[in-house]
Amino acid sequence: MDVVTNILTAPYWPFVLLKSGILAFVVITTFAYAMLFERKVLGWMQLRPGPNRVGPWGMLQPAADAAKLILKEDLTPKSADPLIYRLAPFISLLTAFAAFAIIPFGESKDGLWAVGNVNAGILLLMAITSIGIYGITLGGWASGSKYPLLGSVRSTAQMISYELAMTMSFVGVLILAGTTSLDGIVHAQAHWWFAGPQIVGFLLYAITAVAETNRTPFDLVEAETELVAGFHTEYSGLRFGLFFIAEYVNMLTVSCIATLIFLGGWNAPFHLTAIPGIVWFLLKIGAFMFFYMWLRATLPRFRYDRLMAFGWKVLLPVATLNLILTAVVVAIWG
Amino acid sequence: MALRKQLFNVGAILKGMSVTFSFMFKRRPTIEYPSVKKQHAPRFHGLHELRRYADGKERCIGCELCSSACPANAITVVGAENSPEDRRSPGERFAARYEIDELRCIFCGLCEEACPTDAIVLTPRFEMADFRRGSFIYSKDRLLVPPEAGVGAAPDERPGGIPSDLGRVADQKSTTSIAEGYGATNRGEILKTQRKGLAALRDVPAGTPQGDKS
Repeated sequence: MDVVTNILTAPYWPFVLLKSGILAFVVITTFAYAMLFERKVLGWMQLRPGPNRVGPWGMLQPAADAAKLILKEDLTPKSADPLIYRLAPFISLLTAFAAFAIIPFGESKDGLWAVGNVNAGILLLMAITSIGIYGITLGGWASGSKYPLLGSVRSTAQMISYELAMTMSFVGVLILAGTTSLDGIVHAQAHWWFAGPQIVGFLLYAITAVAETNRTPFDLVEAETELVAGFHTEYSGLRFGLFFIAEYVNMLTVSCIATLIFLGGWNAPFHLTAIPGIVWFLLKIGAFMFFYMWLRATLPRFRYDRLMAFGWKVLLPVATLNLILTAVVVAIWG
Repeated sequence: MALRKQLFNVGAILKGMSVTFSFMFKRRPTIEYPSVKKQHAPRFHGLHELRRYADGKERCIGCELCSSACPANAITVVGAENSPEDRRSPGERFAARYEIDELRCIFCGLCEEACPTDAIVLTPRFEMADFRRGSFIYSKDRLLVPPEAGVGAAPDERPGGIPSDLGRVADQKSTTSIAEGYGATNRGEILKTQRKGLAALRDVPAGTPQGDKS
């Protein structure tokens, strides 16, 4: 075990590369089964059994889907900008994966549970996930077709209005924790999760995170009833698959952030420290992911103008109030 | 006012979420078709079959009544005279060619009703998908039951008529109970009196699965 730990924490690039490879593999596998789980949950909530034909309980469904996507023709529309059109899915995917590099999955005194331990982690995370939107915007724009363009215009507007409220929603946490390092934020929650004192922030984060990852009820970017498939209308085969992976990895990232800054990260609730921190971390992520699927099974899509109005007229003022209140409370009693 | 309305919306969302959550644990009505098969009503109109008499002679006398009754023009019958040395049917004529285009067929059962000798009947078999159009033209080699299959009773209780792998869901899910299936319509009443085979079926209590469960 010590050997493994030493290899995984060695500060030389081949070892870091190895660790990144392991993480990427884990993330891909998690994505595959998160997708399967989502289809199962949606099925159960709609009184269907969900996919259960490929392998026991449909466990091989992700492999079948992957094989199908790989074998499909990779089309590029005549009017598309070929370079950007082909590049866009990779922008989405790579930024989605890059965000995982700095997420600590457990106590990381020696850097075992994170690929990179950055002291301004939360800011870097926000920066990286913001770049991911370029994949969607450029992909829609470069498709040279009207529905993808509408989708990408929507994505840009939605990102601007919701990312603001999202960032505001956890500045309160940063004030309470007094640090922007993800490690430090989790340590500050050793006794009291920030979802308690920052309940407003947590709710705001949960709502804006849905918009940030373009999921129902905020999936106007790919609203199939209005825009065919939105930004990825023209994409097929593996390139569509990359967008798909990116969406789910973003969901995972957002769940990780929620767990880290609001739900106490790897801290065990009720002092149940017998179960290792990584298990608690994964359970919390799973619960957040389930919440996403649950929302998708329940809520219809917002109308576009209401989405914008909700973002600017409700979420942003509430987030600002929450921030001011937290600042005042910390300044007086902190 | 606007705020109050929005608070009500939150309540509505929570209510909706509770509904979807409770649905996760409800019994799912899905019948997983290829592995579990629902039993059809006995009167189900599926693939055709040409029957024989107990001595192995064909019932069909080549009268072409089915062909003229067919609203979809799916049946082609070419009759021929029986010769003393090669008697195919008890009457004077038999069907030299008997073809049904199952792609044209609308499975209305009028041929079955038109047949004066109960030769053509519709069975409950319905899985006849194939890859070539030509294979949907069923001729005598596939329609005629082999002599060893027996006389062929009423359509619902013919040997192999109802496939034995139709599942046990029948007693819970079949829309028509086996015992009362025929009684549901006027035509069923007529059939009840005309087809003796049903007497045996009527005595089966409702809900008892039919066929063997191997």
